[in-house]
Amino acid sequence: MNASELRGYLRPDGRKGIRNVVAVAYLVECAHHVAREIVGRFREPVGNAPQSGSAVHLIGFPGCYPNAYADRMMRRLCTHPNVGAVLLVSLGCESFNRRKLEEHIRASGRPAATLVIQESGGTRRTIARGAEWVEEWLSELDAQVAVPMALSELVVGTVCGGSDGTSGITANPAMGRAFDFLIERGAACIFEETGELVGCEHHMARRAATPALGEEIIRCVAKAARYYATLGHGSFAVGNADGGLTTQEEKSLGAYAKSGAARIAGLLKPGDLPPAGGLYLLDVVPDGEVRFGFPNINDNAEIAELIACGAHLVFFSTGRGSVVGSAIAPVIKVCANPETYRKLEDDMDVDAGRILEGRGTLDEVGREVYELALRVARGAPTKSESLGHQEFILTYKTFEPAGPACLPAAA
Amino acid sequence: MASSDLRLVLLAPDDNCLVVAQALRAEDRVNIDGESIAVAKAIGVGHKLARRAIARGEKVLKYGAIIGTASAPIARGEHIHTHNLESDYLPTYTLEAGRAFVAKHA
Repeated sequence: MNASELRGYLRPDGRKGIRNVVAVAYLVECAHHVAREIVGRFREPVGNAPQSGSAVHLIGFPGCYPNAYADRMMRRLCTHPNVGAVLLVSLGCESFNRRKLEEHIRASGRPAATLVIQESGGTRRTIARGAEWVEEWLSELDAQVAVPMALSELVVGTVCGGSDGTSGITANPAMGRAFDFLIERGAACIFEETGELVGCEHHMARRAATPALGEEIIRCVAKAARYYATLGHGSFAVGNADGGLTTQEEKSLGAYAKSGAARIAGLLKPGDLPPAGGLYLLDVVPDGEVRFGFPNINDNAEIAELIACGAHLVFFSTGRGSVVGSAIAPVIKVCANPETYRKLEDDMDVDAGRILEGRGTLDEVGREVYELALRVARGAPTKSESLGHQEFILTYKTFEPAGPACLPAAA
Repeated sequence: MASSDLRLVLLAPDDNCLVVAQALRAEDRVNIDGESIAVAKAIGVGHKLARRAIARGEKVLKYGAIIGTASAPIARGEHIHTHNLESDYLPTYTLEAGRAFVAKHA
């Protein structure tokens, strides 16, 4: 492997980022507008790729009540390798422990500051002070020089959204091939949504690195099936059925194709970092009794969890045509359906549906996704990045820590 | 994997359904394992057709794996969807029918 295949921004914890983001984080919905206005001062017009490696992104947690999962997600996101500096925006009376979060970010070697709106003179003055802080650190980050980064330092996540009957036969298996290429070269790859893997659990268990991990995977899918059954229906949207998918297990098999053929090295929960290269399953369904509603209320909630596990970039397969991107990590959109691609070409990075029209093979598209991942990791903007997509959502959940059988490599 | 009709995809040898790769109009003829059959209605890309007659209660196989149980008899070449296939795990929700059916095997 060529150690200088990629270039990254070196962080004090030794991880490297493929982007250099100033994150502005609101700590309750009441601070969202102020944080958004600060970020808005630095927005490029839609269609303009960022002019340099650094950019300003908005993240946050809307709830006023404390939640250990949200704390952990925010800590991981604020110290993600793609993030170089963090401005926290607090209203002042919310429950979020802003002091602890700022200390955690500072301990990671990143510049951090907190603006409390109630103590900073309100909306107008907080926006002005925040914009000044961001301006200063943006130029610091611009001056930072990228260093060589190996593929074995890269973490890639995968998600599917707006699936139809083509997702499971074009884009998902092509992303699975790309995962296989990346894993062969030492990268860590994460697939997810155990609720969308109902019906695949025994097959996954056979691919697990150890029998104990296999049992954990079966348990975790059973938990997901139970959780969704209690809620009344699965991770199956009306658009899925319009696109030709009939049942949850049919959707699952198509989603499962994203994982490729590597053996499964571990089972993560949101915020767990892969201890080494290889393929990991992310358990996104909360532990314990059903609370707070659907595990992930939309695709971006899943993307945020992949990023919290350290994913530098995310492959997103879509048949119906999702247009989203994400804050913090670039999203590569792989379009499964050739008709959708013709309608939404501006939003799609890869035309995987061409496999259905005899204009390419699964291997060719898999190779294209892999090579695009390398270009994006070297700084090339994705379609959603250049269109200014920075969706982000974080809601309430409850998790128990993963058991020792979940990460045999770390034991 | 190719089926005998390039507009239809056979994903695994044991499958009893085929995936539509190019939109079909009503009365279009498709070739399923050597038999020419007219499709009864327009069927979009990504949807499924029966590769052979499927009895009520029989499992439907795609990718060589079970995707649910036929809730009605399905003729060769017929569209397979929420009207004649149900999940063995979870109910499927559609806008028209609300909960189209409830899982009986969960």
